[in-house]
Amino acid sequence: MAARAKRLIPVAAVACAWAAVLAAQQAPARRIISLVPALTEALYAIGAGPSVVAVSSYDDYPPEVKTLPRVGALLDPDTERILSMRPDLVLAYGTQDALKAQLQRTGIPVFDYRHGGLADITATIRRLGVETGHVSGANRVVLEIERRIAEVRARVAERPRPRVLLVFGREPLSLRNVYASGGQGFLHDLIDAAGGTNVFGDVRRESVQVSTEMLLSRAPEAIIELRVGAPPAGEQARREREAWQRLPGVPAVRSQRVFILHGDHLLVPGPRVALAAEDVARALHPEVFR
Amino acid sequence: MTIRRRLLLTCAASGSLLALTCLVAPLVGSTQISLLRALDRSIPFADNVDAQIFFIARMPRVAAGVVVGAALASAGVVLQALFRNPLATAETLGISAGAALGAILAITAESWISLGPFSPVAIASLVGALLAIAVVYLLASAPRRPLSTAVLLLAGVTLNAFISAIILFVQYLADFTQSYRAIRWLIGDLDVGTFAPVLGALPLVVVAFVMFSLLPSSLNLLSVGGDLAATRGVNVVNVQRLAFFSAGLATSAAVSLAGPVAFVGIVVPHLVRLVVGVDHRVVLPVAALFGASFLVGCDLIARTAMAPVELPVGIVTAMIGGPFFLWLLVRRG
Repeated sequence: MAARAKRLIPVAAVACAWAAVLAAQQAPARRIISLVPALTEALYAIGAGPSVVAVSSYDDYPPEVKTLPRVGALLDPDTERILSMRPDLVLAYGTQDALKAQLQRTGIPVFDYRHGGLADITATIRRLGVETGHVSGANRVVLEIERRIAEVRARVAERPRPRVLLVFGREPLSLRNVYASGGQGFLHDLIDAAGGTNVFGDVRRESVQVSTEMLLSRAPEAIIELRVGAPPAGEQARREREAWQRLPGVPAVRSQRVFILHGDHLLVPGPRVALAAEDVARALHPEVFR
Repeated sequence: MTIRRRLLLTCAASGSLLALTCLVAPLVGSTQISLLRALDRSIPFADNVDAQIFFIARMPRVAAGVVVGAALASAGVVLQALFRNPLATAETLGISAGAALGAILAITAESWISLGPFSPVAIASLVGALLAIAVVYLLASAPRRPLSTAVLLLAGVTLNAFISAIILFVQYLADFTQSYRAIRWLIGDLDVGTFAPVLGALPLVVVAFVMFSLLPSSLNLLSVGGDLAATRGVNVVNVQRLAFFSAGLATSAAVSLAGPVAFVGIVVPHLVRLVVGVDHRVVLPVAALFGASFLVGCDLIARTAMAPVELPVGIVTAMIGGPFFLWLLVRRG
């Protein structure tokens, strides 16, 4: 009898360990490291902020993250520090293969993420809710985003849809190295939601480097430039806008529909995306926001 | 064949090639345009998209290709003769790196210091290149000692490595999108958008070419050896100085206009030498003409190969120039 019981000990130990692993997997994460600013924002928005123990070097929103330790970013994650903080969930970008492999070897769960369209933003927030045990918070945030975007769509629904060039980078005071949204990703979806048609909607990429010839031949009726940070002083803002005057034949320039929008929320595919959609829509269709 | 006849023949051939490239290049691009419509004066310019593409997008781009290609190729010829080293280019001397550091600082600091036709990035890269030239020259010319080309080359190579490290450091500290834009600037491209930046760079290139025109005979003697040149009455130090500064000036202007377009400064001079021989009185003008058509031709490919998306010309020069050069090298044995 005793011998039989002895034989059962390893079986029981394995079963206990298995149960512990399962429990650990199911328990919501309590020590989270986020290497993606958009996901950090989402964590705070759904109520998982108190569980965040470290963020990437690019994180600056919400203000609470400014006091948190920084553990590198997309290209330079500090694996040693990440491991030393004993996280139970690391939010990493899809291309961080080396980091993911190291974390998986040490048994730390990884939340694998890649930027996508508007629908991916809400799906990601829901997934984060499940992983962190904030399902209702995530649902609330998602419904709010969906409600506000639906409201923007409804407001602009009856308006003519201008052909829009959405620029997110160029050389200062010049029209060289202009980068614009291609036909994929959340910026493309933003144009659509805000009542415009992307001039590069047919290019199956997230970003396009736009040459002068492409600016002229695509002939956008409105140009929206999204810029991170606070608006510059009056003189510099005027000169930045004037750079577009070099192409007076472009319909958007001719009709003075070049809008340079400033804000840290504009280029982040996170919970503030509805705010960005409202800003773009307000620039394209000011008449329905009066 | 006399030198005058050879010069005439080779210049006529490379000149015709350049004329042909410049005629074809503005007609082809990522968009289909009609030349008749582009030149039709009865349609107002503001409504004539074909004319806008032809005159605003393509013509300045071809002009930039001519200026940059001619400048980089000639600078390559002069530097290779000066150092008697087939690998000497503006890149090995740290001039391009100086320009790159200037440009990257302007991009990351979001500089808005512009001057006439020069955008903030162009002006910063021009200043960076000129500073690099000054530093390399000062290092190589100690007082009361003749200019040492060996020190000049080594100082250039070291400065190149040192500045490249600073560039990586600046990029490391920069924000992600700024690093991305800086990397794209480093590839080099000719989409200048207007004639203004080309006209801005032109005076510098013209001064450099006037200086080049004084060099060919001395370079012929120099490439045999400094001592021999001195016995033939060449003021070696003056020629070296003239060669270094003229090549530096041409490169600075070209890089500030188009970024450090790879390979033109090395492929074109060697190609030209393989075809027309080593006499600099022929090599230098032919390299300028052929360099211009080479770059305009590469840009034509860059604009059309992946339409509707356009490639930066620097990718094409390296991808076409490299293998073509190797093929010619192996074939000539």
